[in-house]
Amino acid sequence: MRDRLRSPPQHSANRFGGGINRVQSPWRAQTIPYASIVIASLLPVILLADVMPVLPPLGFMMLIAWRIMRPGFLPLWVGVPLGAVDDLVSGQPFGSAILLWSVAMIVLELIESRFPWRGFWQDWFTAGLALVIYIIVAMVVSGATLTLPMLSAALPQVVMAVLLYPLLARLIARLDLFRLARARRVG
Amino acid sequence: MAPPSSRRSSGFSKRAQYSVFTGYLLAGLGALLGLGLLALSLWQPSAFAPLRGGAQDVVTTVGEGPAVARNAGGSTWDSIKGYFNAGSQNAALREEVELARIKLAEAEAVAQENERLKSLVALAESEIEPVAVTRLVGSSATSSRRFAYIGKGRLQGIEVGMPVRSPRGVVGRVLEVARSSSRILLLTDSESVLPVRRSSDDTVAFAEGRGDGMVRIRLINLGLNPLEIGDVFVTSGAGGYYRPGVAVAVLTELSPDGGLARLVAAPSATDFVSVEPIYVPEAVNASEIGPQDSIVAAENED
Repeated sequence: MRDRLRSPPQHSANRFGGGINRVQSPWRAQTIPYASIVIASLLPVILLADVMPVLPPLGFMMLIAWRIMRPGFLPLWVGVPLGAVDDLVSGQPFGSAILLWSVAMIVLELIESRFPWRGFWQDWFTAGLALVIYIIVAMVVSGATLTLPMLSAALPQVVMAVLLYPLLARLIARLDLFRLARARRVG
Repeated sequence: MAPPSSRRSSGFSKRAQYSVFTGYLLAGLGALLGLGLLALSLWQPSAFAPLRGGAQDVVTTVGEGPAVARNAGGSTWDSIKGYFNAGSQNAALREEVELARIKLAEAEAVAQENERLKSLVALAESEIEPVAVTRLVGSSATSSRRFAYIGKGRLQGIEVGMPVRSPRGVVGRVLEVARSSSRILLLTDSESVLPVRRSSDDTVAFAEGRGDGMVRIRLINLGLNPLEIGDVFVTSGAGGYYRPGVAVAVLTELSPDGGLARLVAAPSATDFVSVEPIYVPEAVNASEIGPQDSIVAAENED
């Protein structure tokens, strides 16, 4: 949407690859984040988890990682459509991701306006906190009867989610390079 | 590194101020919308079933491939393991013995059941034809609810409430049906309750999911706990959904009002599951209200 990082088309050829007669593909630049979030939402469905939740909420992780690493790209209301997609397949009651993702976007925006200059560690801290809160609140609204064994069963999921953030950040950096690659030939 | 496009301070630009404000407004409205939808779907769990069913149909089609690969991969792994232990036969034989043990417990249960029934009335019992035989293609792997998906739905004659079982025992029951896929409530889900009895006698109990892979066995008749570790529980047939005598769980831990049990049929370890018709549809229809409603009604009475 309001991506300020769009590099001037006739700039050096080596930053985002391509030759001097290449520019970014607008399609690619605008869709990659949304597509990657939707795919991350769909991916866990394929895994068969019969005992306890085994994967962190990949869709939500992808959303906040994009939000943190590319502030200003995702519009503030994006939690509604993307959350709806996640709700359709995640097994949570419909509306839980719409609510939680929207709230997360607002909160991250507030954090951003409070701390405009951040480092990686602070980002990790923010994302980790967001994930822990998200997983617990999602469990509360899932419609299940909360029990102690269920909370302990969610512990590996929480730990994995927090530890996976740096990896996801690298993945998003790669995706971002791909997104902004100068792939379209002009003339 | 400077923040990429971080805080565009809106400054004195009215346009920028409005766009920031609009963003917050839309996001806030979105959150309220989500809250409303969430409340609606917690109040009426089946309200969004058609919507979810559409998405489910698409996802399960994609899931068929990984399901085949998962089963193939699992069995390859088993035979490699068997080879390293004592030849590939070992694994196969062990599985067979395990199956035979379960079957033995079930047979015991059947014999006991027969005896009981014969004493009451002579009932002609026919072999049950499954409605569909299929694979589990996916599950809710990130949620704390335990649902699984199969790639067969209304078109194949599947209906809500039908029991799902694997060759080893009960897996769960159908919760929602879409055109060509269905959602299954696994026994491990914390909202799943199944009437069971001990295979060796008539000790009746409820098997409730705990949400962490174990089921809680809660005896109906409280008093001295007659259970022992290693007891096999089979479906009792109460409620009309499941046919009696199918293996459910093995007791692993004792507690004052029953115990903790491990499921006999781990859904992730099964190749194929069969969806069976509801055992006594009359009994299910007679109750008129679904299990969800009765829970809600019971809560309202309190």
